[in-house]
Amino acid sequence: MILNSSLNSIAYSSTLPPDWPGGFWWHWLLFTVIIIVFALTLVMGFIWIERRGMGRMQARLGPNQAGPFGLLQPVADALKILLKEDIIPAKADRIVHWLAPVVAFAPALMIFAVVPFGDGAMLADLDIGILYVVAIASISAIGIFMAGWGSSNKYSMLGAMRGIASVVSYEIPVVLAIAGVVLVAGSMSLNQIVLAQDIPFILLQPLGFLLFFIGGCAEINRSPFDLMEADSELTAGFHTEYSGMKFAMFYLMEYAEAVAISAIIATLFLGGWRGPLLPPWLWFVLKVIFVFFIMVWTRTTLPRVRIDQLMALAWKFLFPLALINLIVTAIQILVWPDALPWILVPINLAIMALLILLWSKLFKLGWGRVEV
Amino acid sequence: MKFERYGIGIAKGLRVTIRHLFRHPVTVQYPEQRLNISRRTRGNELIWDKVKCTGCATCAKSCPQGAIQIVTSTSMEENKYEVEQIEVDTGYCISCGLCVEACPFEALYMGYAYERAKYRRGEVVQANEQLLPSPQRQRSGYMYPKIADELPRQTLLIERITEEK
Amino acid sequence: MRDTRYARIMVLKTEPFILNIGPVHPSTHGVFRMRTTLDGEVVVDVEPVFGYLHRGIEKLAEERTYTGVIPLTDRLDYVASMSNNLAYCLAVEKLAGISVPERAEYLRVILAELQRIASHLIAVGAFLNDCGAFFTPFLYMFREREKIVDLFEMVSGQRLLYNYMRIGGFNQDVPDEFLPALDKLLAQMPRFIEEYERLLKENEILLARAKGVGILPKEVAINISASGPVLRASGVKWDIRKKDPYSIYDRFDFDIPTGEVGDCYDRYRVRVEEMRQSLRIINQARRQLPAGEVKSEVPHLVRPPAGEAYAHIEAPKGELGFHLVSDNSIAPYRCHIRAPSLLNLTALRDMAIGWKVADLIIIFGSIDIVMGEIDR
Repeated sequence: MILNSSLNSIAYSSTLPPDWPGGFWWHWLLFTVIIIVFALTLVMGFIWIERRGMGRMQARLGPNQAGPFGLLQPVADALKILLKEDIIPAKADRIVHWLAPVVAFAPALMIFAVVPFGDGAMLADLDIGILYVVAIASISAIGIFMAGWGSSNKYSMLGAMRGIASVVSYEIPVVLAIAGVVLVAGSMSLNQIVLAQDIPFILLQPLGFLLFFIGGCAEINRSPFDLMEADSELTAGFHTEYSGMKFAMFYLMEYAEAVAISAIIATLFLGGWRGPLLPPWLWFVLKVIFVFFIMVWTRTTLPRVRIDQLMALAWKFLFPLALINLIVTAIQILVWPDALPWILVPINLAIMALLILLWSKLFKLGWGRVEV
Repeated sequence: MKFERYGIGIAKGLRVTIRHLFRHPVTVQYPEQRLNISRRTRGNELIWDKVKCTGCATCAKSCPQGAIQIVTSTSMEENKYEVEQIEVDTGYCISCGLCVEACPFEALYMGYAYERAKYRRGEVVQANEQLLPSPQRQRSGYMYPKIADELPRQTLLIERITEEK
Repeated sequence: MRDTRYARIMVLKTEPFILNIGPVHPSTHGVFRMRTTLDGEVVVDVEPVFGYLHRGIEKLAEERTYTGVIPLTDRLDYVASMSNNLAYCLAVEKLAGISVPERAEYLRVILAELQRIASHLIAVGAFLNDCGAFFTPFLYMFREREKIVDLFEMVSGQRLLYNYMRIGGFNQDVPDEFLPALDKLLAQMPRFIEEYERLLKENEILLARAKGVGILPKEVAINISASGPVLRASGVKWDIRKKDPYSIYDRFDFDIPTGEVGDCYDRYRVRVEEMRQSLRIINQARRQLPAGEVKSEVPHLVRPPAGEAYAHIEAPKGELGFHLVSDNSIAPYRCHIRAPSLLNLTALRDMAIGWKVADLIIIFGSIDIVMGEIDR
């Protein structure tokens, strides 16, 4: 089935879709601009949503002075941060310290190359789109480690170590959760996955969605997994020693990654650009914002987990569930390849409930204390 | 993190936060929106009644910080002290109000105003005429219930939060 | 034959390193420094370093009049000034043999218990914030504290350093609008405490973070002479309000909440329960509040007879005591302060060793210290 669809998509891409405006280069230019504008606008929007939404949930107002409803607050922040002095610690590894924000920020933008904003409206309709996303998303971990190492600060180093540990562990359940989606859709191209979602995969793959959401949050260090920043423990974690525009890059990276993960979740599980009445790109943006709002909501509510609990959650809870989810999906596709999706929805929901109940009982944490 | 209760605790917490999203915020927009301060406010300045003051210097003695200085001379005709110089170093003042409490002639009041930061250190030391009341330097009702009754009622948070549950 | 150089490279060697947490750090609650030796994430050793906020309050008290010391006591535990005022005034009254009018006693109880709630709200909020709940519980708790602080502002004129109690009572009676506002507060408070309990009480992540973490055994807690919620969370039923009733606490009916194991979660629970008990006490005191004077006849400059006196109260943080020595002058000859935070802090090392950095922070947060009191 995968083979079939990939053959199809090879044929598809070799004939150049008719809606490509102009030639290849025009297409490339147009979408690069769109992606940069889209990502940066949405990042600013997200900063605003997070600060305002969080403010209201915390019984206060949030920023409301700059521009209407405080919409220009991110701009004001950026202006302020641009004017700040750029400090490099005396013992820092200057090159690594300088390169770290760039290495961390670039991948977050590159992810959008394969995300469809409409039917086929994307920079590159890669056949291996989702693999590309997984591969690129991990690169920013290197940037974070460079920041931790380069600033020669113990807080930064601890934060960077935690970051690497969490990214390495959570990659596995995330990839396994994606594999379930790929099995159902029969393609790795994100556009094909969206086209395959006659009903959103959140219903067909509810467990996969849950695993991907938790894993994604952990990978981009959203609370409750924001261990590598952990302001109450490590002051600011890996970017303790950063100031000025370099700090702004990390700040942007944080939100650009949030945009990226929200976009991937919206594409994989919520039907991407598909939806009635409204234009596709608007549906897409609305879904992205919806996913991000849930992240803001959990961040407002939940305390932070400890590093060993983070590892335990990945390896003892998410990993086995992801494996089972993959096997169950594979069996369903092998046994009833033509089953009506509406029959599978309740079955899958029931399986999810059962598995989660079972694993909640089985899941145990280690005793956090070490004899020294 | 044992999920023995299947994450019900987390769900309860999420419910509380989402309900706050639809509540009124409790903060106020400070420079535009001002709440009435307490009628007994101990503001960061002292207000002096030149007529009532006899120059007994009880305030200076009771000040734990030594921020009040009074220089008096005896005036033989009226058979009383004459205040030559009264000087309050509001930089040292901790607004404890003990001087106002100690004054036996009701000649010293706490200020009712806030936002009294100065640009120069020299301006922090106030003396003689600078200590007199003026429209900007209202007297507070601290230790003076009669003045307190004329001041506006203090805004209380318990009265501002009106929504139920 | 192995190359020795190669072998040396292959041996993985780790060694502990020293991390200075503080003096300027988001969760050291003031200027406190923990010189921590870490093995990776594991805490091997903690050495508390303090004294950054030392102002010499005990020495300053020796050259001020007895009344002039009251503003100084405000600056000890600056989130619970009312309790400090009360402890100091009790000590002077004991020393000079001054009695306090009935109404003043009741008002003192009401204000001290309100102050306990206000202080515990900060303690709980800051503790949950240390756990990583991004400011939400902290701001909710501050909203509740704001209501209490409003009342304190109404009676004393300031919001943090009240300087309201005097030797022999109060400097002035509470204003007329105080009691209606108090009734309104008492009606609202339980509902809000209930709501904030729902926010994180059963939260699985908080349970995992705080349950069983930083256990302070009963014997150790008694040996280091811990007091207050830290001691009670370890399962010792010790409350000065019951064991050595000062003021008029013997007239009220309330329970002493205790924990079972003495971990961070128990300390958090004990504080929340104490808030409920405080509300009970305030309700009773409000109903029995008599009319009358609020200050007994006390000379302007108190001159107690030569001698010494020790008065202690159950302050929000623990046993707060003032030991005053008088030489029959207008200023104390010696003023010693038994600060609960300082003695509770000595438990930090025992509790934190073997846990991770993240646990160290919440263990420290659960002790609930105020640096103004430790450094004095």
